Amino acid sequence: MSDTRIPATQDAATSANAVTEPLEETIWEEKVSLLDRIPRAISMAFVFAVFVGLWHGATSLGLVSPIILPTPAETLKDIIFVGKNLLAGEYMLPALWITILEVIYGFALAVAIGFSLGVLVGETVFGERAIMPYLVAIDTMPKVAFAPLFVAWLGFGIESKVALAAFIATFPIVVGTAAGLHSADENARMLFKTMGATRWQTLVKMKLPLALPQIFTGLKIGAVGVMAGAITGEFLGGGKGFGELIRVAASQLNTPRVFSLILYLSLLGLALYALVTFAQRRVVFWQKTTAAASHD
Amino acid sequence: MSSVVATPSSESIAADTAVYSLNRVGKTYARNQVVALEDVSLTLKKGSFSSVIGSSGCGKSTLLKIMAGLIPPTTGRVELQGKPVVGPRRDIGMMFQQATLFPWRTTIQNIVLPIEIRDGRDAANKAKERAHELLDVVGLNGFADVYPNELSGGMAQRASICRMLITEPAVLLLDEPFSALDELSRDMMNMELQRICSEQNATAFLVTHSIAEAVILSDDIYVMKPRPGRLAEVVNVDLPRPRTLDMITTPKFGSIVDYIRGLLDKGESL
Ligand SMILES: Nc1ncnc2c1ncn2[C@@H]1O[C@H](COP(=O)(O)OP(=O)(O)O)[C@@H](O)[C@H]1O
Ligand SMILES: [Mg+2]
Repeated sequence: MSDTRIPATQDAATSANAVTEPLEETIWEEKVSLLDRIPRAISMAFVFAVFVGLWHGATSLGLVSPIILPTPAETLKDIIFVGKNLLAGEYMLPALWITILEVIYGFALAVAIGFSLGVLVGETVFGERAIMPYLVAIDTMPKVAFAPLFVAWLGFGIESKVALAAFIATFPIVVGTAAGLHSADENARMLFKTMGATRWQTLVKMKLPLALPQIFTGLKIGAVGVMAGAITGEFLGGGKGFGELIRVAASQLNTPRVFSLILYLSLLGLALYALVTFAQRRVVFWQKTTAAASHD
Repeated sequence: MSSVVATPSSESIAADTAVYSLNRVGKTYARNQVVALEDVSLTLKKGSFSSVIGSSGCGKSTLLKIMAGLIPPTTGRVELQGKPVVGPRRDIGMMFQQATLFPWRTTIQNIVLPIEIRDGRDAANKAKERAHELLDVVGLNGFADVYPNELSGGMAQRASICRMLITEPAVLLLDEPFSALDELSRDMMNMELQRICSEQNATAFLVTHSIAEAVILSDDIYVMKPRPGRLAEVVNVDLPRPRTLDMITTPKFGSIVDYIRGLLDKGESL
């Protein structure tokens, strides 16, 4: 064995000394498709341009009636018009403000109720057994169908919209909180038991912090739902909000206006979502790396 | 059940007092009627290091949980320092396979957590001085204010040793504490554990499925047989202390390992 090995090592040594000849390197490049190499901003701009181009083509060639689909230029003009109106504080601003209030109240209500119910269901066996089945049953219903009820109970003011918005947003928060409270593993539970922790200490110092990532997932879904709830409420229950402006514009066949109002609404939705995400980064700071990883 | 009597050593008479005693302990899980333990009796002497070894699923963790007061036994009696164990107790420290540090707390905040739970925040703040000393002991000074996701597996396990020691428990119950670590860190941690136990004169009870680990650390090794889990034999290890990793290559070490392996194989064929 050793006899055959020694010449081999000597061989290696001599060839290492005679390294003057160029080394054959084995560097190779991983194949990445050209499309995947484009930076995000440019990719997004590209898709946007294609979209607007198709849109422009379809409308300027007269393939679609302008009542159904206005040209991009008309839409842009109206977006600017609405923007100016809002900035100048003219009639659209109070409408937007009403919708914002509905969203804020609705979300606050959903967080308060959703979190409390979530803790009840996630922390107590009774809640799990007695309350969860009802929550699941209601959650499977199309919740906007309740809108007429809320109008009948609470009238045509902001209250019925807040109620519908909160109603829709509550469920994901309940589910997130309850599921999050179950995320503590056996070791963590045993550890707290050996330390002689009370139920309250276990909840506050262990289960709730461990539940935070899932609570925030529920909050994000709720933030989307609260917007949908407020606008649906306005469509079905009147009032003076942004949804009402959309309804009026649509009934006047003012399609560019509908489009630009939707754009401003989605900005509002994005702002709420961003706010929740910002809070999550702050509160669940230890999750930072995983959050960043999942976005890239 | 045969028992090899411990050789009288230079230890004082006080060291011979029983800290823990289990008398005919049995456990049947009600959920699935699994008989996890049957008729387990053992006595741990103060300052001694004992291990329990056995195949996976033979009831080692169950035994430890009963000793820790985490679950009640179905039959039998558990006593710690003369008082029956009827729930978690201050004088028991426990460690698991996972370090289970909480990511929103810095290392030192994790370590003083047991104090915070038992005696409140002020006491926890006062205990930080002691926590720093413990961090020194396990070679983690400089990592007090770091969050756990910046610690390696071995470092996290060291921190969890500190958390266990901060309350100065009379007994340490260790459930495969280092089995998630690579072999090199594991050897190092075992030597560290030995040092800490002798410095603090702690009574330790270690669950492991590594024969070598059991032999290098223990005075007594309880060999368990599965289905139902019961003690087959107590093997006394009379290698001198402090133990070193070199001892692994000695014939005596080898013969003890072989003996235990033989017992375990017999258990398998039952
Ligand atoms: N909470 C439990 N409920 C029901 N059966 C259990 C429970 N915990 C453990 N067992 C059963 O008891 C036996 C012993 O388990 P355990 O003590 O965890 O073994 P080990 O730690 O030696 O691997 C196994 O058969 C396991 O399936
Ligand atoms: Mg186990």
